[in-house]
Amino acid sequence: MVNWHRLANPKLFLTWSRRVLPWAAVITALLLAVGLYLSLFVAPPDYQQGDTVRIMFVHVPSAWMALFTYTVMAGASAAGLIWKSPLSHLTAKAAAPIGASFTLLALATGALWGQPMWGTWWVWDARLTSVLILFFLYLGYMAIWQAIDDYTRAAKSAAILALVGFVNVPIIKFSVDWWNTLHQPASVLRLDGPSIHPTLLTPLFVMIAAFTGYFIVLLLIRLEREILARQAQTLRRAQARG
Amino acid sequence: MTRRRRRLYFILSSMAMLGVATALMLNAFSESLVFFHSPSEIAEKGIPVERRFRLGGLVEENSVEKANDGVTISFRVTDTAVSVPVRYRGLLPDLFREGQGVVADGALDGSGTFVATEILAKHDETYMPPEVAEALKKAGQWQGEETDDR
Repeated sequence: MVNWHRLANPKLFLTWSRRVLPWAAVITALLLAVGLYLSLFVAPPDYQQGDTVRIMFVHVPSAWMALFTYTVMAGASAAGLIWKSPLSHLTAKAAAPIGASFTLLALATGALWGQPMWGTWWVWDARLTSVLILFFLYLGYMAIWQAIDDYTRAAKSAAILALVGFVNVPIIKFSVDWWNTLHQPASVLRLDGPSIHPTLLTPLFVMIAAFTGYFIVLLLIRLEREILARQAQTLRRAQARG
Repeated sequence: MTRRRRRLYFILSSMAMLGVATALMLNAFSESLVFFHSPSEIAEKGIPVERRFRLGGLVEENSVEKANDGVTISFRVTDTAVSVPVRYRGLLPDLFREGQGVVADGALDGSGTFVATEILAKHDETYMPPEVAEALKKAGQWQGEETDDR
C-alpha cells in the first residue's frame, strides 16, 4: 500500500515523481494523439454549427481544467495554511501558471467560436465575465509570489488570495443557471444527462482525459523545479550566514 | 483544541462567511447580472421608450420578413407566452433562423417595436450530428429550440 502521507516529504516526493513522470507523459501523449484524431477526423459535424463544433474539443477541456486547477490551488493553499505541510504552498504556486494558461486558452477558443456562432467575439455576460475574473485571480496570485521576497509571507498572502478567489469557482459553474447568459447552459454535467450526442461526447471525454494528464505532467515538472529552487535558496541563505 | 484544529475551523468559517456575503451581494445585483430580458419581463415592467436593454428569446416561427430594401428585417421574439416585434438593419449571424434563440440589443420605439442595433444568435446546449437531428425530426421526437427558451 502506498503511504500517501509520506509524499508530503520533499525528498520522497522527488523520488516518486521521477518514477511516475515518464509514464504520465507517455499516457498523456497517447491520449492526446487519440483525442485529436477523434476530434478532427472521426467526430461528425454538428447539425447547426458544422465543423465549428470541433472548437469545443479544446474549449471545454480547457475551461474544465481552468476550474479544476484553481480548485487544486485553493485546496493546496488551505492545506498549507492549516497543516503547514511542506509541499502544499509550492504545489499551489506550481499550479497557478498552468491554470492561467488553461483559462486563457478557454477564453481565446471561446472567442473564436463566438464570432461565427453568436456573431461576436466577446460579451459581458455572467459566464464570460466570471471566467475573465478567474484569469485575473490567477495573475494576481502569481504576482503576489513575485512581489513578496520572504517565502513564508508570500505563501500566506498568496494562499489567502487563492481561498478568497475560490468563491468565483461555483459562480462560474452555475452562472449559466442563476442568470440568463449568452453562453449556453451546461451540456455535460447536468441532472438529466449530457445533451451532446455520444459521437461528439466520446472525443470530448478523451480530450478531457488528455488535458488532465497534461496538467499532471506539467505540475510534476514544475513542482520538482519549485522544490529544487527552494532548496537552493535555503542553502544560499545558510551559506551567506556562514 | 490544537492549533491545527483552530486554523481549520477558522478557515472553514471564514470561507462560509465569505460565501454567504457573496451570495447576498450577487442576489442583490441579480437584476443587473442577467444578460437579457424576456418578452414577458418587458411586458410586466413597462420599460420606457428609448431606454437601451437586451431582449432575448426565440425567433417566432413564420415571423421573419425582409423589407424591400434588402437589409431591414423584422421578426418577433417570443418566450412562448409573450412576443415582441423587432426591427433590425444590418448583418445577421449565421445561426439566426426561425425557432432559434436570439439576443437583440436596442430600445423600444413609440409604437412598441424593439429597434435592434445588434443581433446575436444564442446557441443552445444540444450537440448532435446532422443525421441524428434529421432522424429525430422525422420521428417527431424533436426537442430542439422550440422547447428551450433560455
